[in-house]
Amino acid sequence: MSKTMMDRRAFLAASSAAGAIAVVASGNLVIGSNGAWAMSTKALSGDEAAMLVRMARATYPHPMLDDAIYGKVIHGLDEKASADPALLRSLQEGAATLKAKKFETLDEAGQTAVLKEIETSAPFQTVRGECVVGIYNNPDVWKVLGYEGASAELGGYINRGFSDIDWLQDA
Amino acid sequence: MAAKYELSDDSVVVVIGSGAGGGTLSNELAQKGVKVVLLEAGGRHEIEDFVNDEWGSFSNISWLDKRTTSGSWRVAKDFAGLPAWIVKAVGGSTVHWAGASLRFQEHEFKVKSTYGDVAGANLLDWPITLAEMEPYYDRAEDKMGVTGTHGIPRLPGNNNFRVLAAGAKKLGYKEFHTGNMAINSQPRDGRGSCQQIGFCFQGCKSGAKWSTLYTEIPKGEATGKLEVRPSSQALQIQHDDAGKVTGVLYADKDGKQQVQKARVVAVAGNSIESPRLLLNSASPKFPDGLANSSGQVGKNYMRHMTGSVYAIFDKPVHMYRGTTMAGIIRDESAFKPDRGFVGGYEMETLSLGVPFMAAFLEPGAWGRDFSSAMEGYANMAGMWLVGEDMPQEKNGVTLHASEKDQYGLPVPNVHFDDHANDVAMREHAYKQGSAVYDAVGAARTFRTPPYPSTHNLGTNRMAENARDGVVNKHGQTHDIKNLFISDGSQFTTGAAENPTLTIVALAIRQSEYIVDQMSKNEI
Repeated sequence: MSKTMMDRRAFLAASSAAGAIAVVASGNLVIGSNGAWAMSTKALSGDEAAMLVRMARATYPHPMLDDAIYGKVIHGLDEKASADPALLRSLQEGAATLKAKKFETLDEAGQTAVLKEIETSAPFQTVRGECVVGIYNNPDVWKVLGYEGASAELGGYINRGFSDIDWLQDA
Repeated sequence: MAAKYELSDDSVVVVIGSGAGGGTLSNELAQKGVKVVLLEAGGRHEIEDFVNDEWGSFSNISWLDKRTTSGSWRVAKDFAGLPAWIVKAVGGSTVHWAGASLRFQEHEFKVKSTYGDVAGANLLDWPITLAEMEPYYDRAEDKMGVTGTHGIPRLPGNNNFRVLAAGAKKLGYKEFHTGNMAINSQPRDGRGSCQQIGFCFQGCKSGAKWSTLYTEIPKGEATGKLEVRPSSQALQIQHDDAGKVTGVLYADKDGKQQVQKARVVAVAGNSIESPRLLLNSASPKFPDGLANSSGQVGKNYMRHMTGSVYAIFDKPVHMYRGTTMAGIIRDESAFKPDRGFVGGYEMETLSLGVPFMAAFLEPGAWGRDFSSAMEGYANMAGMWLVGEDMPQEKNGVTLHASEKDQYGLPVPNVHFDDHANDVAMREHAYKQGSAVYDAVGAARTFRTPPYPSTHNLGTNRMAENARDGVVNKHGQTHDIKNLFISDGSQFTTGAAENPTLTIVALAIRQSEYIVDQMSKNEI
């Protein structure tokens, strides 16, 4: 319990650091920067997972999305890595590379430049591949992006705006 | 009542594959009193099993068996294990097709005569003309309930169509409308009308879109002549010493191998599996595979010149609401060589949901440029560009040297290099597609590369002369009289139009020929 207990001072300190997104409370617990979300890791350390959450956000940056969206993807990867030592090593390497570059202190342009350097690496491609499905197949994200998802059970759009565009001339 | 035949019954016609070609052929034969066993590799998923969920549906119904790719086409890089996006289920790819049902143009049946020699292209005229096909196109359109034909009204235009149409008009295009779609615009043939659900690619939840799954197949079963065996993967077509085919070895739903005897075998497994099956059926008598004396089995693979243009506007479009392929501009489909390429292309609206847009808009892309595009999703309109690509002998399906499938058979490798003509056409199409959207104020436009192939064509092509192709004008193999090809792999060339209507028309025509030849004891 003590290992996963949140250290409020550490949390606050990390949240205010430049570029800080997900933060590590202690050990294997990662807390979202607004405190509204947390995850505990199985295979990765909290530091490593937090770094990968930052990587995920920098890869597909959406300011309006909560850390929880990115965290969920990394949580899934951590789960996979707990049963796949090669994947775990690769992710750890990726996190270590970013740590060495002080990724968490960089602004978006700086983070993008770092990611560009490692673009073809296995850890980057793994995280990117998980994100492209994990972020954009998440109904919480659909709401933010204005996609309504399944419609058959609502009767389709025949009476719900399939042809409601009002800004076209001559349409 | 669906029929039930013994494995030893050698009076049946065995049809392999239940999509547009095989599903239609099975019903047409059954209606004429012929006994049919329909082997389908995939399971039987009815309308209630369909889900309005792109990835969920993809994993439920797609053909995901191992395949490899090679060549310079971008699909080999972006989707190395998924050369084709087709369906493994009863109904085949008519479960996920968009519904566009266009006739070929007259010259598209005789491209070698029309285009002349094109360096590197293995062009050939079809052994059939449009005039010969017209009565069958008529019957196919009537069967499928194609809008804009037979007095069937066209579908109403959705938002995505209205953006396309407004741009087309501004650009001076003349022929644009909501298409010729095998989607009911009014109740017809026991099926209701389109509810503008979207998700046409995930299986139509209302059944308004024609699919063999709930039209041809149950109608065939109702004759008492058709037995459908789902989850039955054909492994090998067997033959006798005289060189006639005698039956099909297949793995049944429990993975047990069975042999269904047959009087006639018709192969309709789509343009990757059909040639693969012929190649995997090689024997001492036919060391290069069945029906392959021409050496053309698996060659001349075509996938249409494709690409998409998506555009972001300042205001909402909600392109995903309603019919996925909701309209068409046809002005570029004619043969106008002054554009710098032979053949033509169609511009057809297309929409993807957020999950697939993320995967396909610019595969591999990341960063602010990409994420900001996704943030423009609600304001996006989109179109698919589909045109005639050049048959090239080097493009095709071969058996992998070492990779095996779950039955121990070599997996197919799909090789494709774009022809210079394909590249020139794509460039023109991207430019015109972007211009359509720019004309109505697009803030950003995107040139989206080809998706994994949905139109797989040409790998058992039809040719007048046995040395040029695999089948004759009836889809009958030149080498083996009681072996037929009944899918898009028999296409001599691809034309600009979506292939399903032509596949269905050919299947209707082929059924008449098979019945005729059976009645004369020729087969």
